[in-house]
Parts: sequence; structure tokens; C-alpha cells
Amino acid sequence: MRSLIGAKQQKWLLLAPALTVLALISFVPFVKTLWLSFSDSEISALPTVVSFIGLENYIYALTDPDFILSLGRTLYFTFVSVGAEVILGVAVALLLNQQFRGRTLMRALIILPWAIPTIVNAVTWRLIYNPDYGALNSLLMQLGIIGEYRSWLGDPDVAMNMVILADVWKNFPLVAYVALAALQTVPMDMLNAARLEGANAWRRFYKITLPWIIGPLLVIIVLRSVEAFRVFDIIYVMTRGGPANQTKTASFYVYQEYFSYLRSGSGSSYAIIVALISIILIYGYYKAAKRQNGSL
Amino acid sequence: MHSTIKRPRYLSYCLYSSLILLAFFVLAPVAWLLLMSLSSPTDLTKVPLQWIPSQWDFSRYAQLLDGDNGSGERFLAAMLNSLIIATSATVIALFAGVLAAYAFSRRNASMLLMFAFLATIMMPPVTYILPLYSAFSDLGILNTKVALIICYCAMLIPFAIWLMKTNIDVLPEEIEQAAMIEGAGTLYTLRKVVLPIILPAIGATAMLSFLTAWDEFFYALIFSSDLSAKTIPVAIADFSAGRVTDFGVIASVGVLASLPPVIVALFFQRFIVSGLVGGSVKG
Repeated sequence: MRSLIGAKQQKWLLLAPALTVLALISFVPFVKTLWLSFSDSEISALPTVVSFIGLENYIYALTDPDFILSLGRTLYFTFVSVGAEVILGVAVALLLNQQFRGRTLMRALIILPWAIPTIVNAVTWRLIYNPDYGALNSLLMQLGIIGEYRSWLGDPDVAMNMVILADVWKNFPLVAYVALAALQTVPMDMLNAARLEGANAWRRFYKITLPWIIGPLLVIIVLRSVEAFRVFDIIYVMTRGGPANQTKTASFYVYQEYFSYLRSGSGSSYAIIVALISIILIYGYYKAAKRQNGSL
Repeated sequence: MHSTIKRPRYLSYCLYSSLILLAFFVLAPVAWLLLMSLSSPTDLTKVPLQWIPSQWDFSRYAQLLDGDNGSGERFLAAMLNSLIIATSATVIALFAGVLAAYAFSRRNASMLLMFAFLATIMMPPVTYILPLYSAFSDLGILNTKVALIICYCAMLIPFAIWLMKTNIDVLPEEIEQAAMIEGAGTLYTLRKVVLPIILPAIGATAMLSFLTAWDEFFYALIFSSDLSAKTIPVAIADFSAGRVTDFGVIASVGVLASLPPVIVALFFQRFIVSGLVGGSVKG
């Protein structure tokens, strides 16, 4: 192989299997979705005439208050979930960076939520939130915090936040591990010098530690945002978008447009809008990663 | 090993109470899932709850692990499907991934292409799902394991390339060059020189890929409709949405489905965390 073909052909041969799979399973479907989004296509068992309708789907989508609301809810979910994961994750990393007995065990323990499958996580929290027999109701009642059982996922005002709590529980360990690894690179002598000069703990964190770990943190923040923005599974299991559509996120919206209403044309335009917002986030990831690694 | 720095007493109290709080937050949901799976239905419907079961009830596990009843059959079929699909996708992704990673590390494949690969898995799956659905339908592979294996490959390959690329990048190129001067071809060098050195990274990649495939829900929900292809996440969603009124059954399915990833994560923690963290923290 070496002498018969040059380095350039070799490069493409090595890339071929990966390139083929990704072209067929990701790139071609994306282009097809883009094409469908300009048509009035519908999912039907019978062959139908599909006509090109230009930007009509997009105009409809962007003036559809329900869709705009679902985008807003998705951004809320993304912002609050990731924000909480970062605050909790960094706090936990700082905690696990201290010296105490059982540190190795504690560091191992926090992988547990991350390892539990997403669907099991969703089902577990749904049972915990159960309005009639749930553990949260029982616990809060026995502690005297609430007087009677509540329907956590049935109350439009709190349902989304309860879903977010379940998501934070599952995903904060990832942020914690990244922050913990980044903390190992903070130069101790700088911290000690600051301590000798009388800087308090908060000031040392804010002026030295945070600037030192912000690069890796930024990468994981954007990565988590990209993931959170397409949230589907946890919503599907916990609330199916209810109550009163309060947890109906963008991916769930597209899913229903496709598979409940069978409108593939307009559904595709929703999907492309969601994709465009994702692309902005992905670009943010690219910038953050490039800043961190130089090469990419 | 532990240093003897003196910590003011109030700080010690703060530290240890935060740790207890953290341990409770992390463990309580898991512990409760386990307890639910072992409590009798009457304990689970008490108000307020009977936290510690009045008697331990192992009947759901017996029922689920015995293929002769409806729930058991559905559960075991889904576990087997998940195992086959996740393993196959992992193996294919590693194969395609290591070749491509070598092209990026040593054959100057463009980093823009690398980023395009990564971008495909960051896009929401709803942008791919419908054309894939029609294509699989035309090919007659809807509701088969093959359809899901193909999708999961596309999901795992970019990540596998990235992880292995970062590991090949740091190897000294001289050994490979020496092998090639001796007359070894690229594939031979890759297999005999590079692979043995990056074996730990391949292990970490394999485990992360397997866990990702085991966890996937959206494609599985859309592309599978019965026991021949349903994976464990879809089966769990079915159990929890269906007419099962006993929370204990749902909890038991959850516990059993979590066992493989939890065992892998706890045993190979170091590997996995280094793989997870690798991309964002420069070593």
C-alpha cells in the first residue's frame, strides 16, 4: 500500500469508512430536510404530489406563537439547566479538591448520576415527583415543609423547573469532573502567595482560580448547552410536553409536527430553525475549543 | 499521605456538612430507586411513605429475569437488543474511528473536516430523522437492529475519532517512521506500532461509545416498534407509560438497565473520566 499510492490518496482511504457513514446518515438527511422545508410535503401512505412553496413554511413558523414559545422554553431549559450544572459542578469540584478522608470514594461516587441511563433518570424522578405516592411529597410532608401532597409535574408553574432539577442531577458530574481536572493545573504557589498577601478565599477564587479554569469550563458549558438545547428524552418520559404545553421544547415540537400531525414540510422548517440555533451554539463551541486547544 | 494542614474547626464543620449534603443529593435518588424495586406494593402506596420496606420483595426481579411471562419476555428481549446494537455500533465506530484518527493525526487531514464531523453529532437528531425514516422504510429495514446500528455508528464515529486523535497526536512519530523505513505499510504500522500504545485510549473510547449507545432513546423510539428491535430505554419508557400500576416493576427495570453502565463506570472510572475530560482540559 505504501509504495503504490501516495500520502494524499492514503489520507482519503483512511477517512473513507467514517466519511461514508457520516455522509449517508447525517449530511444527506440534513440536505433532504432542508429541501423538504421549502415544500408542502406530508407523511402519507399514498404517493402525493409535493410542490415547492418557497419560504411559506418559515413565515408560518416564525409567526406561530406556539412555536416561538417552545423555542423560548427550550432556551429557558438550556440556560437554567446548564447554569445550575456549572455552579453546582464548580462548587463540587472545589469541595472535592480539598483534603479530607474518603476523598477518593467521594470522587468516585459522583459518577453515579452520570452513569445512570437518561431514561432511567427520567423515570426515577417521575416516580419521586408522583403526586399521590411520591418520595418528594412524603419527605417534604414529614419534614413539615408542605401541608399536603402536590402534583409537581402537573403544575404548569413548576413542572419545567422540576424537569430541570432531574437534568441537573444527571449532568452536573460531568462539569464537576472537568472543573476538577482543570483545578489540578492551577499553580499552587500563586494561590499561596495571594493567601500570604491576605486575599480572602472568594478573592483568590475570583482572581486566580476562575481565570485559570475558565477555558476548559467554557468548552464544557457550550457542549452542555448544545446538548440541552435538543432535549427530548427526559421530556418525553416525564411530562410529554405537558402540563398546558409548559415543558414542550423545540425538539418535542418538531417530533409532534412530524409524527402526530404528519406534516413533514412544515415540520422540516421547524427542524431547520432549531438546527440554525444549534449551529450558532456549535460555532460557540468551536471558538471555545479553539481558544483552549489552539488547533481546534 | 494526607497532609496535616490545620483547618479552623468551623471550616471543618462546613466541609463535612457540605460533603454529607452532596452524598445525600447524589445517593438518595439511586437508593430510593433500589428501595422501590424491593418494596411491596402496599408499602409504596402508603401516605406518608414506608421508607424501609416492611418486608423485602424480590418478586419483580424474579419475574423480569424469567422469560416465560409478558414483562420478562419484553425486558429480556430489550436488554439483548441493546447489548447487540451497542456492541456492534461500538466495534464498527472504533474501526472507522481509528483509521480516520490516523488520517487526522499523521496524514494532515483538514481540521475543518474534523470539526464538521463533530458538528454532525451536535445537531439535534430531529434534523435527520425524517429522511432517515423514509430511507429505512424504502430499504425495508425499519424496526430492525441494523437500522439502529447504522444510526449509532454515525453518532459514535466523530467522538471516537476525536478521542483517538488526541491520543495519537501526543505519540512520538519516530517509531512509526522507523517501522515504515523498515518497509512496513501504513496499515501494518497502525496495527502493530500505534494500536498497542494507544490501547488504553481505545478502551476508554470503547466504553464511552458503548454507554452512549446504551443510553440513546430518540432514534430507538422512532425506528423500533416491537421486540425485534426495541432497546432498553424504549422498553423502560413503555413500562412507565403503560398500564403497569406497580412502581416496583418500573423501578426494577430501571435498576437492571442501569447495572451495565454503572458497573462499567465504577470499575473503569479513571479511564472514563480521562476520556470525558480529555477534550476540554489540555493535559
